[in-house]
Amino acid sequence: MTDIDIRGDFPLLAQSVNGQPLVYLDNAATTQKPRSVLDAMRHYYEFDNANVHRAAHALAARATDAMESARAAVATFIGAPAPEQVIFTRGTTESVNLVASSLAQGLVPGDEILVTAMEHHSNFVPWFEACRRSGAVLQTAGVTATGEIDLRDFTARLSPRTRVVAFAHVSNALGTLNPVEEMLALVRQQAPAAKVLIDGAQAALHVPLDVRALDADFYAFSAHKMFGPTGMGVLYGRRDALEALPPYQFGGEMIEAVSLEAVTYNRLPYRFEAGTPNIAGAIGLGAAVDYLNTIPRDTLVRREASLVSDAMRALADMPGVRLVGTPKQRVGVVSFLVEGGHAHDVGTLLDQQGVAVRTGHHCTMPLMHALGVNGTVRASFSLYNDASDLERLLRAMHKTLTFL
Amino acid sequence: MDHPAPTPVPASLEEIRETFAFFDGWEDKYRYVIDLGKALAELPAAWRTEEFLVRGCQSQVWLVAHTANGRMQLAIDSDAHIVRGLIAIVLAAYQDRPPREILTFDIDALFNELQLLAHLSATRGNGLRAMVTRIVSLAQAATH
Repeated sequence: MTDIDIRGDFPLLAQSVNGQPLVYLDNAATTQKPRSVLDAMRHYYEFDNANVHRAAHALAARATDAMESARAAVATFIGAPAPEQVIFTRGTTESVNLVASSLAQGLVPGDEILVTAMEHHSNFVPWFEACRRSGAVLQTAGVTATGEIDLRDFTARLSPRTRVVAFAHVSNALGTLNPVEEMLALVRQQAPAAKVLIDGAQAALHVPLDVRALDADFYAFSAHKMFGPTGMGVLYGRRDALEALPPYQFGGEMIEAVSLEAVTYNRLPYRFEAGTPNIAGAIGLGAAVDYLNTIPRDTLVRREASLVSDAMRALADMPGVRLVGTPKQRVGVVSFLVEGGHAHDVGTLLDQQGVAVRTGHHCTMPLMHALGVNGTVRASFSLYNDASDLERLLRAMHKTLTFL
Repeated sequence: MDHPAPTPVPASLEEIRETFAFFDGWEDKYRYVIDLGKALAELPAAWRTEEFLVRGCQSQVWLVAHTANGRMQLAIDSDAHIVRGLIAIVLAAYQDRPPREILTFDIDALFNELQLLAHLSATRGNGLRAMVTRIVSLAQAATH
């Protein structure tokens, strides 16, 4: 389909595991990093390291410029109207926690929060806790046997009392691409008072994003799932939604003025960035975005999609293999089970053959419960995977089946 | 019933060591571990409950232990074949032994010798390390 090879940009991929060249298919957990991201972070610590937004010296100015350029690059990448609507966090989990604990302060008993049974624990438990603390009621929209959100149930659970709706753009466990535009329209129609947060952790790398057109109140994602560093993430928010949100953590750059009697808080985005930020992480994320802008991303996304559908077909044809989740639209992920073998057995035997996949419940226990499984084997692809990775996976699977 | 029957040991430590000595590749080794797992008696469903669960994020282990006549009696099971095979190896070392012997036995050295040590790592999330830790603390309690 395409001869484009970006694998050479990712130093880690050129290694052997258990005596065989590594086939890395655990990209939904984290992606590898291109050299340019590693170089940018190293360069920052070697030449520019200083605290940001303070001090008059040259290093501080360079560090601040580098971090704010990264913010601007991210804003452009996701189509945000302005850089200050891009809040830097530790990752998707912190982004969700920020919104959940801040919104929880305004909730009263009888208010409702709607999530779905497909959510990663990181977009479920913060809302569970927000309800426990505020007395609000947690509503959970069900999933169908194909691993898609049951839109009828989702609609039925929206009400004038719904204050927050949170759902994933793409399921981390199954790869289901949710109809987020349609879901947003349903929320605006049936629950106009509700704020909407979309968990974009699994979408940001694979799905072209225009947050302004999408118009959710909040959109959260992680740098490390899009070729950036760990410990770095983004909370995008509509300006009105962010301005209405009380601060989350206190201290450092988020403060404008303090007297013994009163404290005033800084403007966006700093109001939500307490303490010295992860400057190197922000610079790494900026470099990841720059990298994504230099590669033929659309072509690579199409290649990835065709690898995923080839993987699905080939795995489904293997005797004893059952796909878990058969959504109409999916991104990046194939989840499956092998008859007579536990997911852990399959993962261990694939690992012996140099193929890295994830096994287990993928931090989605409510989803696993709804689908009636304890866990799955999950092969997840990224833009650097090619036909040879798929071939190695399938060959390793054939061998694995002879063991079970 | 107070306790489930102790899980019979499918192969002695000597047998396991000798068999492993013949293997030169991962395939033979894992086929043997899986065979050990398949030979392991199942823990009756009545004991595979929350109370006896040693949770791992990828696979689960159930462990029921007591001492009888000064020896540790273990009934262990898992939902994954390879983990069951590894349990068979742990049982070969621990089953029906006085707690004091369990405390002095170097299980890491055994798994290292069999080149299976990675499976004892807590990060594997297979519940095996948690299981070993629990057996050792039961043995500790029994010697006090």
